[in-house]
Amino acid sequence: MIDPVTLAVLKGRLEQIADEMDATLFRSAFNPIIAEAHDASHGLYHAQSGATLVQGKSGLPIFVGAMSFAVKAVIEKAARDGDLADGDVYLFNDPYDGGTHLSDFKLVRPFYRGGAVFCYLASVGHWHDVGGNVPGNYNPVATESFQEGMLIPPVKLYVKGELRQDIIDILQANSRQPRSLYGDLNGQINALDLGARRLGALLDEYGDGIVDDALGELQARAARLMAANIADLPDGTYSCDDWLDNDGIADEPLKIALDLTVRGDRMTLDFSRSADACAGPVNIARSTAVASCYVVIKHIFTDVPANAGVLEPIEIILPEGSLLSATAPKPVGGYTETILRIIDVVFGAVAQIAPERTNGCAYGTINALSLAGHRADGSRWVMFSFFGGGHGGHPEGDGLNHANAPISTATIPPVEILEAAYPVMFTRWALRPDSGGPGRHRGGLGACYEIELLEQKADVFLFGERGKFAPPGVLGGRPGALNIFTYDQDDGEHTPPLKSKMVGMKIRRGQRLHLNSPGGGGYGRPFARSPDAVARDVALGYVTAEAAARDYGVVLNGDGSVDAKATGALRKDAGQ
Amino acid sequence: MSNGARYVIGVDVGGTFTDVFFLDEANGQCDVAKVPSTRHDQAQGFIDGLSRRMADFAEISTVVHGTTVGTNALLERNGARTGIITTKGFRDVLEMRRRDRPRTWGLWGRFEPVVPRNLRLEVTERTLADGTVHTPVVLAEVETAARRLLEAGAQAVCIVFINAHANDENELAALEAVRAVWPNGYVDASARILPEIREFERTSTTTLNAYLQPVVGSYLNKLETALEAKDFGGQILIVQSNGGVMTVETAQALPVRTALSGPAAGVIASAYIAGAAGFANVITCDMGGTSFDVSLVAGGRSALAAQTSIDFGMVVRTPMIEMTTIGAGGGSIAWVDRGGLLRIGPESAGSDPGPVCYGLGNDRPTVTDANVVLGRINAARPIGGNLDALDVEAARAAIAAKVGEPLGIGVMEAGEAIIRVANSRMAGAIRLVSVERGHDPGKFAAMPFGGGGALHAGSLIKDVGLMSALVPRFPGINSALGCTIADMRHDFVRTVNGILDSLDLEQLDRSMSRLAQDGLDLLGRAGIEFADTHCLFELDMSYQGQTHTIDVPLEVTLKDKRTGITARAIQAAFEARYRQVYGRPLDGIAIRVLNLRVSAVGTRAKFDLALLAPGPECTMETARCGTRKVWVDGGWHEAAIFERLALPVGAMVPGPAVLEQPDATIFIEPDLAGEVDRFGNLILTRKNGG
Repeated sequence: MIDPVTLAVLKGRLEQIADEMDATLFRSAFNPIIAEAHDASHGLYHAQSGATLVQGKSGLPIFVGAMSFAVKAVIEKAARDGDLADGDVYLFNDPYDGGTHLSDFKLVRPFYRGGAVFCYLASVGHWHDVGGNVPGNYNPVATESFQEGMLIPPVKLYVKGELRQDIIDILQANSRQPRSLYGDLNGQINALDLGARRLGALLDEYGDGIVDDALGELQARAARLMAANIADLPDGTYSCDDWLDNDGIADEPLKIALDLTVRGDRMTLDFSRSADACAGPVNIARSTAVASCYVVIKHIFTDVPANAGVLEPIEIILPEGSLLSATAPKPVGGYTETILRIIDVVFGAVAQIAPERTNGCAYGTINALSLAGHRADGSRWVMFSFFGGGHGGHPEGDGLNHANAPISTATIPPVEILEAAYPVMFTRWALRPDSGGPGRHRGGLGACYEIELLEQKADVFLFGERGKFAPPGVLGGRPGALNIFTYDQDDGEHTPPLKSKMVGMKIRRGQRLHLNSPGGGGYGRPFARSPDAVARDVALGYVTAEAAARDYGVVLNGDGSVDAKATGALRKDAGQ
Repeated sequence: MSNGARYVIGVDVGGTFTDVFFLDEANGQCDVAKVPSTRHDQAQGFIDGLSRRMADFAEISTVVHGTTVGTNALLERNGARTGIITTKGFRDVLEMRRRDRPRTWGLWGRFEPVVPRNLRLEVTERTLADGTVHTPVVLAEVETAARRLLEAGAQAVCIVFINAHANDENELAALEAVRAVWPNGYVDASARILPEIREFERTSTTTLNAYLQPVVGSYLNKLETALEAKDFGGQILIVQSNGGVMTVETAQALPVRTALSGPAAGVIASAYIAGAAGFANVITCDMGGTSFDVSLVAGGRSALAAQTSIDFGMVVRTPMIEMTTIGAGGGSIAWVDRGGLLRIGPESAGSDPGPVCYGLGNDRPTVTDANVVLGRINAARPIGGNLDALDVEAARAAIAAKVGEPLGIGVMEAGEAIIRVANSRMAGAIRLVSVERGHDPGKFAAMPFGGGGALHAGSLIKDVGLMSALVPRFPGINSALGCTIADMRHDFVRTVNGILDSLDLEQLDRSMSRLAQDGLDLLGRAGIEFADTHCLFELDMSYQGQTHTIDVPLEVTLKDKRTGITARAIQAAFEARYRQVYGRPLDGIAIRVLNLRVSAVGTRAKFDLALLAPGPECTMETARCGTRKVWVDGGWHEAAIFERLALPVGAMVPGPAVLEQPDATIFIEPDLAGEVDRFGNLILTRKNGG
């Protein structure tokens, strides 16, 4: 068996390889979704099972779990064809096999040592445009994946080290942003090359056997650590339900339901009571659902390492025909919204047994907003961005204001960069008062974004959620504010019929879009919040005086200080 | 300046010690002093340190100062009460950041901006991205806002308007209006601090500058007064994060540029010492109590970073010596996680209570404890001199209980395991700045400084595949020494944001020339005789569509108030740099120029490092202090012990050996050997030249 010291050393060395692959792509990528939002990931995967061995720390968290399915798909394809060779690189974006959605292109490369596959290296990145009906591929009314973009099954981009330009030609011909696509693809190839060089050097230094032992042992230890964490939780079944607004087609809420069972050191996440597959694009593939469970487990148990061992003591139940186990050609473009809801229900269930490990739910929607049009000179422009919201209150304090989604580590582009690139003017970029869910520890605040069009006209697309069901709090904490989107028309301000989703709405010069994103859910009962903390919230404008009285039972004097007597009476009346 | 003023003095005020380096320019004599820092009033420790060697302050011509006053104020959040006046709709930019969170895993982030929301006020005004004024600033609102901030007790104020980098007209008008009512000088505008696109980074930098102005300003005033009271008539210079020095006047206007003042001076010293010793490529390793900072010097030049985060959401964007920090210092705690894996840090015992062997109440083993148990640190001779002896037995017990037992290994094996894992983390940091940036580690030497770095340097040579290690003669006062040799440097930035093919080159040339001239004028006003002055020009560039830029140095000089820059020269420089950073340049894609950066450098005269060299009285015999058992590679070795400063030039010391000096310990592993060069540096290499 490998000695514990060498193991600790190799852990760091292997992680550094994956990290360096991430960094290479982030720096050289063409599209901001990879470069700024870090919507990409790299890692090392098991030669036979495709299981995640090592994952970069800075990539998109959701890919950590999803990539093993992608590698598995390639392993199966290669086994069927029987022609795997050193120097091959597979490329594909099939979401039913490899998880997530069509925008995410996976490159998978077998890494050979002594004539046999030692492991796989893989890279995934979110490309700017992969065809389909909507620029940027967030098509809220898709009913088949064909409307979302091109679908490429695992094909060889490189055969024994020879690049197949034909494949690149096909990809470029199917994108509105062929240059960006080419730049990102190049970045991914470079990242894999670099990973292969670094891994080769490490194997030369330590020997293949030792590194192989280390990879196996790291996985076993992650599994043991996770099992020990589960064993600390009380046995029983704990349920939590939440809802998606709609699927973008029919205005019907869709249930995401979890029954979490703890038995000794094993855990079951049973999603059987969730809605059936729907017509619109909020379906997700089974691999995506598993990957999102991994993300939330990592958020709750932050000490477990990022490899497949984490899921070993956990059984995930996803029945056939579910919204959470979609098959081709069900549309899956809006997968982000559904997995955010999976994360929310796991937090909600764990709150019932381990309050010290959980938090109020985060804002829970990616709010993919795009504006598209043509400039006076005829050139096409597409502004596409994801927006932020509040995080939930947590055991250590109030939720973070204006943060990124739990499934990503993305940063938002600066207003000045957006304004320099597109004919828009932001008229507001501010925190949204009263949006944080009331609680002993308040949810973080969402934001108010207001965008004015400077060109003649533009089409607007929105893919969001939480327009009808607000992000819940935990342990008596109250929900954050709903996601509210409105847009100006000649006759005034309008709300989309489906609240959080909208396609091809037209606006004119001088008209504005108003996006008010949700805050996070509260942690603990709001009446347990210290009146001084509430007074401070009011003084700083995080909470209005009305909400202080209504939600927290805190009455303030004219100078902003706490009226202790009135507060005591109000809190008493409320039976707190 | 009187004729008697002949001392140049470097002073580095750190968290624990104030280090002073004295250079007598008349006779070339050097001396050093180390006194405890006085945290409540750094000026006191400063004066104490100087007084150790200087009876008459009138003999001092120049004091060069690396300070942590600014850094501490940021970390401890005790800057001035500050207000922000900004564009309507944007008061929350500082608090909304770039929509990030502190850690990838776990959602328990917190962030408290240095300016609370009620001190961030909005006024009617708007400039568009292309510089067009959409709405002129309403000055009456600005004046009202300024008065409100004063009433709320604000001491400093800054003005940050959207797109001010493209046109500063509204901002400057508002600045004038605020100045008319503001009672002190702590008023500034973002276009004067950082005229660069990206509102959060500009807001954060401008705000932190305002937040620091009163603190750093009053500290420097106090220092000047204290020095003058002792008849000091020379000049005070402050080290900036970029490794250059500036005058007190500039430091008071731009205190945010001192954020990494102390560490930067150490890197400057390293680059100079290494250069003199014939090493153009070194990786500096500063090991303190809680962290290990590495920085790369390639071809004699320090790598600069465009920005850094002092803490989560506390972004400072000004050029600074690029430093990679990991939580693996002497005080970092070793522990075994629930999966049975040995981990080092990030928790640290710091200097209080410190390692277990300090006997001040900590019972969790640290990296220093492992070094003590393995015999590498002399328990009878603690560095710094606050303790009489270190408690080896307590350290042994802690390592046995917290690491040995959980891993099922003996205490000595456990001690060595701690060192190995700590070394591997340090090696990772070195790989990050070298291998990951495309540098071949085989061409670099490790240059440890600080008290503990030289204990680990030997291992790092082997772990990373470095050429050698270079231990300077005075590792513990490296930053103070660096102060005395740092050049003066002023950085400027302007956002250009245009496509190269359609760029107005005439205007770019004018901007370059004007900024260069501004910088040279500033150097001229410093009242220093420079050995040389020159300007550096750089563009931030990318292919159109990329969001990350690369820094492209331009090989031009200022002549007749013009640089004569051409599009072809810019393109060639870009492609060369792109090839270096990413590999193959891409054809047929337009090239974008985002920012122009200009630096004016005044080179200060350097002293001859040979002055530091061991004198003729040094011999192997006087240096030898017997032997001690040291545990390495799974067994005890009889290591020779030497008084490091007594070793003569040319001394060869084969490992295993331990070299001791008042401010540092050096461990030479059995398969390495050390040699003292003509400056008194110790060069560590593999035995048999391997």
